[in-house]
Amino acid sequence: MLAAMSGGVDSAVAAARAAEFGHEVTGIHLALSRNPQSYRTGARGCCTIEDANDARRAADVIGIPFYVWDMSDRFHEDVVEDFLEEYAAGRTPNPCLRCNEKIKFTAVLDRALALGFDAVATGHYAQLVTGGDGLIEMHRAVDMGKDQSYVLGVLTQQQLAHSVFPLGDSAKTEVRAEADRRGLSVAQKPDSHDICFISDGDTGGWLREKLGAGEGDIVDHASGEVLGSHEGSFGFTIGQRRGLRVGRPAADGAPRYVLDIEPVSGTVTVGPREALSVDGLTGIRPRWCGTVPVGPLHGTVQLRAHGGEHRAVVRVSTGSTTGGLTTGGGEAVQIELRDPAQGIAPGQAAVFYDGTRVVGSCTISATRRVPVPV
Amino acid sequence: MNDLLRTFAFAPVSSPPSARAPATDPVYLDHAASTPMLAEAVAAMTEQLVRTGNPSSLHASGRAARRVVEESRERIAAAIGARPAEVVFTSGGTESDNLAVKGLFWARRDEDPRRTRILSTAVEHHAVLDPLHWLAEHEGAGVELLPVDSLARLDVEALRAAVERDGSSVALVSVMWANNEVGTIQPMADVVEVAHAHGIPVHTDAVQAVGQVPVDFAASGLDLMTLTAHKVGGPYGVGALVVRRELALAPLQHGGGQERDVRSGTLDAPAIAGFATAVELAVKRQAEHFDRICALRNDLVERVLAQVPDAAMNGDPLCAVDHRLPGNAHLTFPGCEGDSLLMLLDARGIACSTGSACSAGVPQPSHVLLAMGRDEEQARSSLRFSLGHTTTTADVDALVEAIGPVVERARAAGVVGGAGSAARKAAG
Repeated sequence: MLAAMSGGVDSAVAAARAAEFGHEVTGIHLALSRNPQSYRTGARGCCTIEDANDARRAADVIGIPFYVWDMSDRFHEDVVEDFLEEYAAGRTPNPCLRCNEKIKFTAVLDRALALGFDAVATGHYAQLVTGGDGLIEMHRAVDMGKDQSYVLGVLTQQQLAHSVFPLGDSAKTEVRAEADRRGLSVAQKPDSHDICFISDGDTGGWLREKLGAGEGDIVDHASGEVLGSHEGSFGFTIGQRRGLRVGRPAADGAPRYVLDIEPVSGTVTVGPREALSVDGLTGIRPRWCGTVPVGPLHGTVQLRAHGGEHRAVVRVSTGSTTGGLTTGGGEAVQIELRDPAQGIAPGQAAVFYDGTRVVGSCTISATRRVPVPV
Repeated sequence: MNDLLRTFAFAPVSSPPSARAPATDPVYLDHAASTPMLAEAVAAMTEQLVRTGNPSSLHASGRAARRVVEESRERIAAAIGARPAEVVFTSGGTESDNLAVKGLFWARRDEDPRRTRILSTAVEHHAVLDPLHWLAEHEGAGVELLPVDSLARLDVEALRAAVERDGSSVALVSVMWANNEVGTIQPMADVVEVAHAHGIPVHTDAVQAVGQVPVDFAASGLDLMTLTAHKVGGPYGVGALVVRRELALAPLQHGGGQERDVRSGTLDAPAIAGFATAVELAVKRQAEHFDRICALRNDLVERVLAQVPDAAMNGDPLCAVDHRLPGNAHLTFPGCEGDSLLMLLDARGIACSTGSACSAGVPQPSHVLLAMGRDEEQARSSLRFSLGHTTTTADVDALVEAIGPVVERARAAGVVGGAGSAARKAAG
């Protein structure tokens, strides 16, 4: 079994548990950056040489072989460039899902299987159980505060069948305590967040540097009136309220929110909070963890990492399914939200749940606003 | 922990790759990285480790330690054809290379400000290349890395042309005696002749050569020569720069001036004692070692090629003291990632090297293979096996037995992910 070790506490404990259970475990650290920084800055928990060393020391303590795998080009092509293209097209992608889909559970898993490993273990918080039909089901983690099933919602049955998540039944506090008990020096290392390849955490600044400023107007959604201008659309996200710097207040004095960002013209459309609500979503690139659902799926949908659940009905709109297990059954998915959501942007992932079980996911391509009473 | 209870009945190919805890002793085929210490060197070193005394102290204990250092210096000098005063002890190869390149550049430029050029080769070790790049960046040095042929041998005519362009502007020439990755021996006599015709001093990094091929400092005409203990069966962390007596160097490390005022720092008498014993024995055994290891190496290459017919050997095919190091077998396995091969062999208890410079980050394709005209993919598909004084036929047998299945499996995993895969994808 291959254990992907980022240098953080979770993947270290996951590797230790797999080894202790009796699997023959080999640790690998993925080198994802072409020019890694020497030391950690801020809150990122991977991708520096210091993190690679942390992973190596954890492997030493566990007593397993350890190697660094260079995935930098694949990561750059499949994750970083995709992230830029998506933003340039006005969408808001989630690079962690993309990385799981393309790197950890495709490039790494494929290579691992070819080299003779049976499975890849990671420190993700999610649970895998074998269902009555023999298929592997993915469920939310026991520790709902740490549950990461959302970023794994892109995994197919074939990928799940070769994945192991040893932390799914544990609370983060237990994992830290266990790391300490095992003598793993990363026990108190801070959790990572933010986007790993943007070293200072300033996504807007990074995008401006790569894609240009993208100056444009700030426009009122109802009247079409130009309310002001901005120096770069990449600093905005849908649902954002602060930092608009629109001189004139709205007629009713209510705060204004970003409703839409038009990437080509750089136009940022703003309006009242009510206009942010959406109750319908169209998704593309559906991926199913098990069988493709037949008929409407009544369950819940999660729309961002650590976001809440929305009751929803999911329908696969066109049926080019070949039946049984498939990676992409149907071309589009219609999602009817029983609980409206706010600030949803195309490019985000919608992950479908039946109770705690992950059914599948799609990439949001369009949103339908709840009609605003005039 | 229900997830861990899952069994993987659908194991893809045959057995898992990591048949951990190999039944036999590890097969160590990475002597060019570090070779096991000779028992005699361990004994010489441990004998001194229990003694107290700073070689610079004036009392009896100090004098005893100083005596060990000076006797060691004499023994090393005698073994390599130098005078004792020419041996400057350092912490090893990297320090010696830095001291040679920077120390000589500064000293020669101070004598004559026109001397700003440094001539070297594209296949040097990073301990030479990186100081050269640093001097170019920070000190205005004009560094010219001369080309090599497909066997990694320096083009002497290119050196001659570079020297003759303006010999008075050259501060130094640095050419390694033997290449650490592919084992090619450089034409040192020609290099010295070309440089000395213009009064230019020559440095060589001979860490791979000593004990493998005959090395005589005085007879070679060289001006500076880098040695390190752990490549000849001595301890880690000690080495020497052999510096012709009349040559001035700018020091890099200032302090007590222990070594000719060129290198400061308390001398490590125990390590130096082990170093001297190792150099002495390695040089004494060199001829016999060369014949035995050459035969093993040729056997290894022949039998590996029989197992993997499309593999190709890199470097000079001729095993001779002016062609190739006896213990170096460098092979390209098309369609395999060197990292995959290394991991799969490691899991079978066989140690080798991808020869690439990698410090926990992203491994880079070997600059040596690229300079030899190989492409990035070939460079990434290569492994270095290096044999040494403990290598036996059984080690070769173990590799020959493992290599077929390992290559097959690595080939199935393909070349993915790393830098250069984009270029491959575009080309393919």
